[in-house]
Amino acid sequence: MIFIFAVFLLTLLVITAIAIVRTKNLFVAVMLTSIFSLLMAANFFILDAADVALTEAAVGAGVTTVIFLCALALTGDREKSREGGRWVARGTVGVLALLIIYATFDKPRLGDPMAPVHQHVAPWYLEKTPEYIDIPNVVTAILSSFRGYDTLGEVFVVFAACIGVLFILSVPPPRKKPAMVEKNSGLRHHLIPQVVGRLLIPFIVLFGLYTQFHGEYGPGGGFQAGAIIATGVILYALLEGESKALRAVPRSVLLGMVVGGALLYGGVGLACMLMGGTFLEYSVLSSDPVWGQHLGILLIEAGVGMAVCGALLSIFHAFAARESLS
Amino acid sequence: MIDLVLDVLSWILLVLGGFCVLVGGIGGLRLPNFYTRIHAASLTDTMGTILIFVGIILQAGLSLAALKLFAIMLFLLLTGPTATYALANAAFQAGLKPDAGTASDEPEENDPE
Repeated sequence: MIFIFAVFLLTLLVITAIAIVRTKNLFVAVMLTSIFSLLMAANFFILDAADVALTEAAVGAGVTTVIFLCALALTGDREKSREGGRWVARGTVGVLALLIIYATFDKPRLGDPMAPVHQHVAPWYLEKTPEYIDIPNVVTAILSSFRGYDTLGEVFVVFAACIGVLFILSVPPPRKKPAMVEKNSGLRHHLIPQVVGRLLIPFIVLFGLYTQFHGEYGPGGGFQAGAIIATGVILYALLEGESKALRAVPRSVLLGMVVGGALLYGGVGLACMLMGGTFLEYSVLSSDPVWGQHLGILLIEAGVGMAVCGALLSIFHAFAARESLS
Repeated sequence: MIDLVLDVLSWILLVLGGFCVLVGGIGGLRLPNFYTRIHAASLTDTMGTILIFVGIILQAGLSLAALKLFAIMLFLLLTGPTATYALANAAFQAGLKPDAGTASDEPEENDPE
């Protein structure tokens, strides 16, 4: 049954991908990309990767769609027509697609227990997580403790991406009369979306906090929580206007979250070194090594959540502020 | 006995809900203009959601899952019609007149290629 559903979803995925390539209207393409992300999230969920599904749904279908729409408001929603040169691109894509399809024949079957990925370090992680870290969600254990260096790298990638976008789109603080901008932005004249949105925003943020602090026990963690909270604040910005959202969560706070999150992560690593362990060895944080691991994971997940939330909102505001300036 | 009644009732609700979703889907494809189409599609948001979720809640029985399903149903019932309203309102603001007489409002000139 689940197999049929998976095939159905994958077919829809292919159809959506072709539609995205074929459409000339970029607005339609953005909407289709959002649908693609939602389908992808459902696919991840079928494959039991609930953590990834949460991220994909919040970031792919939620935040990036809004950021794309903000970008479209700056550029216009029509694809530039171009002549010639397409055959090279089509040929390259065709050859690459055939190569990838050929490569999949060597791939182990889905869920095959003898696949190399299940023979390498995965059994060790599954076996040792209860002993060393003692949390039910092995994904969180691997992500934040066993492979803490990778996640540290990811947080710094998020940090660098945010700084990069802010450099490119750096806006001088809007000097125009803010009252006029405020009147035009947001959905303040649309009572129904506003009322329903106001009703939902607290629950969205609450759910984000739940994913943040429940990440050790269920699907979730810093990345998901940061993205979900960012969607809540972006919804507020869409309903009430961008300037009001900036008043609620100012730019300095957002930048502080990005920098502070990355610093918190690195700081926990350094604290481990100061307390006699190696970098990011949380066991030394407390007299009980397992409890030390819990503390370390909680702290670095908080750092990840702050960094992701701050970065997504900074990027959103960078786009939206330009829109109101032009 | 009571189990059987609940099971039958839940399946009736599920089938009716599936029918509503199907009608909504066919209407969304076949009806002539924008407002009639979202009118059909909104059937999925309201009747489809209520019937299917009540059906699943009856299947779940008195448990935490039923409560969670109820919360999801509430969420969908709040957001679905709001989205439909926002869509219709945006179309109206953009100048698309709701006119029962028009056969079709397919934007021919916007067609790609």
